[in-house]
Amino acid sequence: MSEFRSTPDGRITDERPWWDVFPWWSLIIVTLLAWMGWQIIDSPDYRLAWERIIPGLALTLQSTVYAFGISLFIALLAGTGQMSRNVVIRNLARTYVEFIRGIPMLPLIFTVALIVVPELTELLNARLIRWFDWEFKLSFQMRATVTLAVIYGAYMAEIFRGGIQSIPPGQSEAGRSLGLSRRQTMKSVVLPQAMRAIIPPMGNDFIAILKDTSLLSVLGALEITQRARQFSASTFKFREGYFVSAFIYLVLTLSLSVLLGVLERRMTRDRVGER
Amino acid sequence: MTTVVPSSDRSKPMISLKGVSKTFGRNIRAVIDIDLDVAEGEVVVIVGPSGSGKSTVLRCINLLEVPTAGTVMVDGFDMTSSDTNLDQVRAEVGMVFQQFNLFPHLKAIENITLAQRKVRNRSQEEATDVAMRQLTRVGIPEKADSYPRQLSGGQQQRVAIARSLAMDPKVMLFDEPTSALDPEMVKEVLDVMLGLAHDGMTMVVVTHEMGFAKAAADRLVFIDEGEIVEVGPPEEVFSHPTQERTQAFFNKILH
Repeated sequence: MSEFRSTPDGRITDERPWWDVFPWWSLIIVTLLAWMGWQIIDSPDYRLAWERIIPGLALTLQSTVYAFGISLFIALLAGTGQMSRNVVIRNLARTYVEFIRGIPMLPLIFTVALIVVPELTELLNARLIRWFDWEFKLSFQMRATVTLAVIYGAYMAEIFRGGIQSIPPGQSEAGRSLGLSRRQTMKSVVLPQAMRAIIPPMGNDFIAILKDTSLLSVLGALEITQRARQFSASTFKFREGYFVSAFIYLVLTLSLSVLLGVLERRMTRDRVGER
Repeated sequence: MTTVVPSSDRSKPMISLKGVSKTFGRNIRAVIDIDLDVAEGEVVVIVGPSGSGKSTVLRCINLLEVPTAGTVMVDGFDMTSSDTNLDQVRAEVGMVFQQFNLFPHLKAIENITLAQRKVRNRSQEEATDVAMRQLTRVGIPEKADSYPRQLSGGQQQRVAIARSLAMDPKVMLFDEPTSALDPEMVKEVLDVMLGLAHDGMTMVVVTHEMGFAKAAADRLVFIDEGEIVEVGPPEEVFSHPTQERTQAFFNKILH
């Protein structure tokens, strides 16, 4: 992997000069962010954009956390379901995953939020109103969040499946030959090891969900992107509106990936020397 | 467990394979019509060329490999019957693998206590006690708090043996236990196995170590192309093989 070259005094070395190793990209991004931050403090137009857009942050974060939580649950079911011995469960799980993964996110959001959820709630409410005189309502924001969860549930199911299948079969054979049941072997032997393969891509998907909450703007949810659109459309200050929203997303995603990097380093440090 | 377990029948052999065959896919016949009885306290060593099906025979005993035909009886239980609680019988059958298969996320001691607690329902203290006794038996009590990756191959294999022994098994199966070891570590593992044999453990061992077979085996089984070719006391099979295939095999490996 390392590239060998010779130093001026003729030694062969894999050490590269500091300017070749230095992460210039982070310097560039930090500079850009600092410039944006200064604009927001200094320029009245940018400050106005900031004040109009930042209230959307709460909704963006809230949708992200809800969607991630629900999709984690769906993914565990669909991921382990694909490995089930039951032919019906296995095929249902596989159908869900393949179906969702094959359709772009935007049409899926429209389909689920405008067709699936209303029709399901109508079906449900026909009974609920008769029996309890109460009806179930889901706001557009929640519909959109649920849609995101359903989509990412399929993506993350594959992460679970891949993580579990990355554990050598010898591990479950050892567990089973000690008399542990299938379930005990999964819980005490396979899953704890699989988590190391599962957590890093899960973190990446958390960041991806955060970015994809911007798609909820098409349903009118007042998150960051929708507020940026409204501000820009009403003031014709497109540059300010979209620059500020990009600034907010970048600060969020970059700090999250730094956190994730720390977590991953901690996990790889534990497994140095492992086969 | 509330199910009533019928007491095992002592007059029967500890392990009894009858007409066991294993076919992979449509036409790969790994094991063909094997009959083999192993008495209590007996040490049986299985040898044969690689790919001959000897590991598959071993894995059929605790049903890690499900035979496509035949019956497998262990300690009086029919392993191929759906009435048998497989997990319960497997706890009585220790298995040692070529690749050790220790749980890398657990310390040596935790590797040994896990199944004791979950399957034998022993308390943490009792399981730890048993684990330390077994670690002492295999000669590395000081490695209790090491993770598998911090141990040499020989030490890992000895922890794996201790893990199986901690379940108080009636039978121990060894699947090429020294084949993945560096040469200088083979002896420490074989010594532990010899000790077990002398203590009267019922053992079935697949190995290429003819020295071990000579020293410990009551019977040597030579398998080739999925079939038992020859069975007998090791000295006899080594020095006077009756079958041509056996002769050819020993000519190749004993020189």
